[in-house]
Amino acid sequence: MSSRPYAAQRRALSIGEKLLEINWGLVLLVGVVASIGFAMLYSVAGGHFQPWALPQMMRFVVGLLLLIAVALVDIRVWMSLAYPAYGISLLLLVGVEVAGHVGLGAQRWIELGPLQLQPSELMKISLVLALARYLHGQSVEEVSWPLRLLIPLAMIGAPVVLVLLEPNLGTATILALDGCSLLFLAGLSWWWIAPTVSAIVAAVPIVWRFMHDYQKQRVLTFLNPASDALGAGWNISQAEIAIGSGGFAGKGFGQGTQSQLNFLPEKQTDFIYTTLGEEFGFVGSAGLLILFAVVIGFGIRIAMASRSQFGRLVAMGLTLNFFFYIMINAAMVMGLMPVVGIPMPLVSYGGTAMLTVMFGFGLLMSVHVHRQVEIPRHSAGLI
Amino acid sequence: MPLFDRKDKSRYATFTRRTLIMTGGMASVMVTLAGRLYKLQILDGDKYMTRAKDNSVSQRLIAPLRGRIVDRFGVELANNRQNYRVLLVPEQAAQGVDAALDTIGRVIALTPHDRDRIRHDIAMNKKFVPVTVAENMSWEEFARVNLHLPYLSGMQPDVGETRDYPFGAELSHVLGYVASVSPEDEAKDDNPLLDLPGFRIGKRGIEKTFESEIRGTAGASRVEVNAYGRVIRELGHEAATPGADVYLTIDRQVQNFVTQRLGDQSAACVVMDAQNGDVLALASTPGYDPNLFNVGITNAQWKALTDDDHTPLLDKAVSGNYPPGSTFKTAMALAAVDNGMADLAVDCTGSMRLGDHIFYCDAWRIGGHGHVDLPRGIQVSCDVFFYEVARRLGIDKMAEAARAMGLGSPTGIELPGEVGGFIPSRAWKLARFGIPWQQGETLVNGIGQGYVLATPIQLCMLAARFATGRAVVPRLTHQVGAMLEPRRPPAPLPFSDKAVAMVREGMSMAVNAPGGTAYGWRITQPGFEMAGKTGTAQVRRITKEERQNGITPESELPWKDREHALFIGFAPFDSPRYALSIVVEHGGARNEPQVEFARDILLYVQQRDPLKMRPAYPMRAADATTGFVPKAGG
Repeated sequence: MSSRPYAAQRRALSIGEKLLEINWGLVLLVGVVASIGFAMLYSVAGGHFQPWALPQMMRFVVGLLLLIAVALVDIRVWMSLAYPAYGISLLLLVGVEVAGHVGLGAQRWIELGPLQLQPSELMKISLVLALARYLHGQSVEEVSWPLRLLIPLAMIGAPVVLVLLEPNLGTATILALDGCSLLFLAGLSWWWIAPTVSAIVAAVPIVWRFMHDYQKQRVLTFLNPASDALGAGWNISQAEIAIGSGGFAGKGFGQGTQSQLNFLPEKQTDFIYTTLGEEFGFVGSAGLLILFAVVIGFGIRIAMASRSQFGRLVAMGLTLNFFFYIMINAAMVMGLMPVVGIPMPLVSYGGTAMLTVMFGFGLLMSVHVHRQVEIPRHSAGLI
Repeated sequence: MPLFDRKDKSRYATFTRRTLIMTGGMASVMVTLAGRLYKLQILDGDKYMTRAKDNSVSQRLIAPLRGRIVDRFGVELANNRQNYRVLLVPEQAAQGVDAALDTIGRVIALTPHDRDRIRHDIAMNKKFVPVTVAENMSWEEFARVNLHLPYLSGMQPDVGETRDYPFGAELSHVLGYVASVSPEDEAKDDNPLLDLPGFRIGKRGIEKTFESEIRGTAGASRVEVNAYGRVIRELGHEAATPGADVYLTIDRQVQNFVTQRLGDQSAACVVMDAQNGDVLALASTPGYDPNLFNVGITNAQWKALTDDDHTPLLDKAVSGNYPPGSTFKTAMALAAVDNGMADLAVDCTGSMRLGDHIFYCDAWRIGGHGHVDLPRGIQVSCDVFFYEVARRLGIDKMAEAARAMGLGSPTGIELPGEVGGFIPSRAWKLARFGIPWQQGETLVNGIGQGYVLATPIQLCMLAARFATGRAVVPRLTHQVGAMLEPRRPPAPLPFSDKAVAMVREGMSMAVNAPGGTAYGWRITQPGFEMAGKTGTAQVRRITKEERQNGITPESELPWKDREHALFIGFAPFDSPRYALSIVVEHGGARNEPQVEFARDILLYVQQRDPLKMRPAYPMRAADATTGFVPKAGG
């Protein structure tokens, strides 16, 4: 298809053509991963669709429609919406600080009618969009110009600081990783990268001083879970027991004693992966990792195939965002990382997370559908 | 501005290159994660599997039913009764714990103290753990709770098992009691049953002696629990093995009669089968209600028991050391005969001079007993005669004879806390006081005063030994569970038949011949006549001035200063079958209540004749062949 004459792409595709252009293989794959999530939610509820599996399914259906709708919208429309979306997300984050709902000791939600909105979730997409939009306008050399670099750094820094204040270390980490990855992909000079990485390593002790007690506790118990096996180390050791006891083939669907008997905290959200490990063993948990790797592979291919820098950066940014979720969640439940509140995408129970992930896949799909669209470097989008 | 420029090309190349770098990074992270899964699930899978099982499978102990204690005819002396109780599951109390307690407070009585305890128990446990609101309820109360149950949210009526002593204080010193486990008990015994809430163990008496047999073996229930300890389901069940039943030699009817007869005296009485030492009654009055300790004794009740000068908590029959007084003369007489004094006769003038000390006889006021030989010495309890016996024997031979009769060391009766009485010796005196033995002490100890001490169970054994001429040893149990207690027939005493016969003659004369110390309380029914020996033990010292100015009558002394009154005896006097000892603390000397008690008890036990009735336990072959077992099981 890339051999198609450029001129042919000048003509906008019709809705029907766009529907055909959607990568249905990827959609199917996303559906399979989400279905594994439904099964796990059914299992941890003791073999019931309520209270988690059924709502999750309904959200997935909504998310699927959202994915298709987003995919059909021209990539240039999303480009022109990038800055407004980022602005609104930033305002909402400030709003959370001011009038946020206090839950689990952290301000993370905003009530919007019946919907509980997590602005930090929105920000993950908005940040990728806005950074891609900005970097789209920069040549490789320009990216590394100190004055031009200040703008993306500020775009990353503002939401990261706001999310850290909520406090939500996990999401702030993901936002920072997303932003830095995009700068790296856009061609940031190694002369910037090397000293910065060194500085960050040196800054660890300083950051430590500003961390909340519960965050420090998590890091400490991560470093030595046995030190507090019944207190803060409980999560880690119980999660390890759950995964480890699954063995090669697992205990069988609905047979996981760790999750069925409430030894796992947050078993339906952050720790859902441990239930998979317990009930389906190495086969199940490594299998899900392979499915995720295939999804990521789709994302990378879509990014490489896009003819616009914006499209590439958006596709890769969202793919990396998806990857960082998986990495942090899996590493956390396996005891490779401190416990931070990061769900497993598509699998963990949660409304906002499901919808943002599906929205992200919609954008990825829009990049795919509109991969032949070339956007001038100084274009401001379609609107 | 150009629409596209060359820089876009280099941008694409950079992006592609760096995407490949990131892809490599992502791939290595994925491989790391998979490696971690491999380590957790494949390499360490077994370890975690075990830990997951330990997490969720819990062993719950099931308390065994305590064995019963029954008397020789199978009457239950200690058993388990249903304990009607009501439990509260805090999380099920719809309107909260306080409202639930208020509501049930209108159905059954709850003191503020109860409410504090309940709230404390709730605070100590998880919300789904039932807490006892009230137990040992009457059937009426329990029925009322069940009637109102629809309004009592969170309340659970429950029927448990608890120890019961149907005869209360009557058998308290034989049975002992069970009570909550103390930290000291737990230090001595690592049986996990002791950690069960509400578990009771034997603290005294038979309950303590045979604790390990009566207790039984715990059952176990393997249950699956969740992270909060709530039981999800039972995986396996192993029933508890009930404890062994204990068959006592006690006849509850005789025990009852003895206790009734002793009344409110501070006294001890042992009745045994003279032939084989089976204890038919072992009473120490006053007793206490052993049920109090099981349900939880209040401070006031405990104080009342410990403050009582009649020492209800002391088992006087086995833990009470008394100077045997004149009952000790029987043992001295035995030694006298075998040491060439069979024909000894003394002219009693009321006192005896040894060096510059004068030793008085009870009959000193009337000028002495006159001519006294050995049987008459026992009959009238002549001190002067036995001073002479003691003087001739010397303390070494006296002690040897007393020990041969079983005095001075515990009898080995199956009760905790038995003391052995005391028989002095030269070596002991020197070690204890640093002063050599004095001959005057020989005389005083020869009439059962001074250092000599004996327990009522030893005295009863002494009576049985005179009755049969054999080294009878007392015992309280026939059988514990299925096990038969091995028993050898008693050996003959190391004294001549003649000596035993002479002492028995003296003891018969003391009761049945005019002038005998117990003649006024002899049994007149033909065939039931008893023989015996009275005794009094001074608990204060009579001074020389007092003796000259006239001794204060016992009845005018404060209770605590009165003499102990003792009696040992057996019946029928010509073919003895029942032996008895009795000690009435501060019973006084002049009205001899103990002989009256002894007469009534020996008459009752002969008329009832429990040895002729078939016991509830199987007879042992050994007993059947010895000929010592009376015609049991007619």
